[in-house]
Amino acid sequence: MSTAILDLPEKEYIMPGTRTCAGCGLPIAYRFMLKALGPNTIMTHPACCLTILHGMYPKTPVGINAVNNTFASTAASAAGLAAGFKATGQDFTVLAMAGDGGTFDMGIQALSGAAERETDFIYVCYDNEAYMNTGVQRSSATPAGAMTTTTSVVPKEQSKKDFIQIMEAHHPAYLATTCSSYPGDVYNKFAKARNIKGTRFIHLAIPCPTGWGFHTRDTVKIGRLAVESAIIVLYEVEKGEVRLTGKSLSMAKSGRRKPVDEYLNMQGRFRKMTSAQVEEFQKQTDKHWEELLRRAGF
Amino acid sequence: MGQTLIMTGTQAAALAARLSRVQVIAAYPITPQSKIPEVLSEYVESGQLKAELVRVESEHSAMTVCISASMVGARVFTATAANGLAYMHEQLHWAAGARLPIVMPVTNRGLGAPWTILNDMQDTIAQRDTGWMQFYCMNNQEVLDQTILGYKIAEQLLIPVMICFDGFRLSHTVMPVETLTEKEVDGFLPPYKTPYKIDPQNPVNMNPVVLTDPIPDPHGELCPSYMGFRHRLQETFENAWPTIQAATREFTQLTGRSYEDCLYRYQADDAEMLFVTMGSLSSEATEAVDALRAGGTRAGVIGLRVFRPFPAATLAQAVSRAKILLVVEKAISYGYEGALNTELKAALFHENGNRPAIFNTIVGLGGKDVKPKDLEQIARESAQEASKGTVQTHPRWFGYGI
Ligand SMILES: Cc1ncc(C[n+]2csc(CCOP(=O)(O)OP(=O)(O)O)c2C)c(N)n1
Ligand code: SF4
Ligand SMILES: [Mg+2]
Repeated sequence: MSTAILDLPEKEYIMPGTRTCAGCGLPIAYRFMLKALGPNTIMTHPACCLTILHGMYPKTPVGINAVNNTFASTAASAAGLAAGFKATGQDFTVLAMAGDGGTFDMGIQALSGAAERETDFIYVCYDNEAYMNTGVQRSSATPAGAMTTTTSVVPKEQSKKDFIQIMEAHHPAYLATTCSSYPGDVYNKFAKARNIKGTRFIHLAIPCPTGWGFHTRDTVKIGRLAVESAIIVLYEVEKGEVRLTGKSLSMAKSGRRKPVDEYLNMQGRFRKMTSAQVEEFQKQTDKHWEELLRRAGF
Repeated sequence: MGQTLIMTGTQAAALAARLSRVQVIAAYPITPQSKIPEVLSEYVESGQLKAELVRVESEHSAMTVCISASMVGARVFTATAANGLAYMHEQLHWAAGARLPIVMPVTNRGLGAPWTILNDMQDTIAQRDTGWMQFYCMNNQEVLDQTILGYKIAEQLLIPVMICFDGFRLSHTVMPVETLTEKEVDGFLPPYKTPYKIDPQNPVNMNPVVLTDPIPDPHGELCPSYMGFRHRLQETFENAWPTIQAATREFTQLTGRSYEDCLYRYQADDAEMLFVTMGSLSSEATEAVDALRAGGTRAGVIGLRVFRPFPAATLAQAVSRAKILLVVEKAISYGYEGALNTELKAALFHENGNRPAIFNTIVGLGGKDVKPKDLEQIARESAQEASKGTVQTHPRWFGYGI
C-alpha cells in the first residue's frame, strides 16, 4: 500500500519553530510519521535531539501527547504506557522514539525486554550515527571512518553495529527501515505499522548536518545518496520475509546503484578516511545489499 | 474486619497490593522480596486480581513501567531490595519529580560489595534524598497496613512512598496478621484519579526541559521554573503531616489499629534512657527495655515509623526528658555516622536545644543478628560512658568480630 503525496492528511502536528538545527532531517520524518499515526498517539522519548525538537516548558511545537523519560528507559516507558492504558480502558497508539545512542547503546536492554514480551507498541530508532545532543560523540551506530568529538584524531575504527539484525532476532510483528529523505516511504511504513498489533520496530535514518559536516541545504540529498548507494536500504520484514520498498525496490529492479564515494565525499566527518577504508566501506555495503537482494528474491 | 491469618511480610505486602486493587504491577526478582511478585502473579493468573502484570527485564524498567503507567492514571505497584533499589536510583528521582503516587515495598537488604542477601537498611537509607516518603515497619501487620495507607497518602500528596521492612526478619518470618476485607479497603481507598487527563485534543509534553526562570505560557500565564517545581515537592513534604494523620485516623476508625503517632513508643514517658530505632529493631528493643527495667534502669523505645518526611518536632519532643539516647542503626553514612543519629541531633538543635548524651551504634549490617541482650549490653556500656562524661566522636560498631 502506498499513498500519493496529494492524498496525505493535511493536518500538521508539528508547528513551525522547532529548536532543531537548520537542515535537520529529524523534523522532516517526524512530520510524516505523525500524519500517518494521527492524534491518538502518545510518544515517549529519552534525552536526545527529539527532546530539543519538542521544545522547552511551557511551550511545545508538537501537537500530540508526549512523555519524557530517562536515557535507558524508552521501551520500558512504552511498556508502562501500554499497560497503564489497558488497565484503565484508554486506547492510544504508543510510540517510543529514541536516537541511536538511546537504542543501540543504552536503551538496548529495555527494548530487548519489551520486544521479547511482545509489547504492543511502535519503537522508532532515529539514527544520526552519533550522540548528537551531547555534542557529536561516537556511538555504536557511528560508521567506521567517521570522525566524532571522541574519535577526532583517529576516526572510528570499528564498523557500525548491525542493530537491525539484533531486532530481527526478536521476531517483531513488523520491522522496517526508512529514511527522512523519502517522506512517502516514511508515511507508508508508519501507516502500516499503526494497524499491526505487537512490537513494531522501525529504523529511521536521519542525516544530521551539524554532526556529519555538510551544508544544511543538502540534507535531503545526503539521505538520497545514502539510499542510492545502498548504504541505507529501504525495506520491511514481516514473518521473516524481506520486501524492498520505494527507491531500493526500483534499484533492485534496474540494477543501478551508485558507488559510496559521492556520499562519503560530501561529509566532513569522513575527510580522514583512507582509500583502504573507503574500499572496505564499499565492500561491506555491497555485501549488505546483496544479502538483502537475495532475501527479497532478486 | 477480615480474618487473622499467619503470614510472612512478603505475603502481607502482596495481599495489601491486591486489597488496594493495584492496576499495573512490575515484577522482577531479587531476594528477599521475590515472593511478592510470585504471589501477585498467582493472584493475577487465578483471576483474584485484575491487573496488568509486566514481567520486566530489570528494576530500572520496573520503576519505569510504574512511572509511565501511573502517569496515565493507573494505580501501580512494584517491590524490590538492595541492588535492585540501587539500580532504580535514577528512576526514583524521576518518579518523585514527576509527582507520581507509586507505592513500593522494599525488603531491606545489605548492598554489595561484598555480596550479602541478608538484612540491613543501607539500601533505603541511601535513597533518602530521592524525594520519596519512607515508612518503616516493625512487624507484618504494619507491612499490610502501611502499604494500604501508603496509597491513601501518596495519592493525596502526589509523592511516591517506600514501605520499608527488614529482609528475612519480616519478609520471611510468619506472624499473625489481621487482614481487611475487600469491601473495607474499597471504602477506605477510592479508585485513583489523576488530576488531569491524557486528551488528544489538548496534547501536552510531560516532564520536558524546564529552565531556570519562570516563563509565560502562550496565554501569558507565568509557569514555574525548575526550582519552582522542586520547591513545590519540598513544600508538599513540609505540609504532609495533616494528610498523613487524617489518613491514619480514618484507618484507625476502620481497623482499631492506630498509626496516627508517627513514632512507636514503648515505656517512653518516664524513660531516662531511650532507644531510638527503626524497623524490626524497635520490636527487638522492647525486650531489652523489659530486661533493663527489671534491673532498675528506666529505659524505653522510640521507633520511627516515618523517616521521610522526617518527624523532627515530634521526635525532639518525644525524647526531651531522656538523659541518654541510644541511636541504634543498620546503616551508615560512610565518613560520618548513622543518618538517623545526624537527623536526631539536628532535630534537637532546632526544636529545643537539648543536649542529652547521644550514643550512635551501628549494628546488624549484612544480617548480623541483633539480640535483645546485645541491645541491653549497648545500653549498659553507653550508660557507663555517659557517666564518665564521654562525648562520642565516631559511631560504635557493635558485634562485627573482626
Ligand atoms: C543516564 C544518562 N547518561 C547520559 C545522558 C546524557 N545524554 C543526553 S542526550 C545524549 C545523547 C543522545 O544521543 P542519541 O540517542 O544518539 O540521540 P541524538 O542526540 O543523537 O539525537 C546523552 C548521552 C543522559 N541524559 N542520561
Ligand atoms: S544535531 Fe543533528 S540531529 Fe540534532 S538537531 Fe542538530 S541537525 Fe538535528
Ligand atoms: Mg544520535
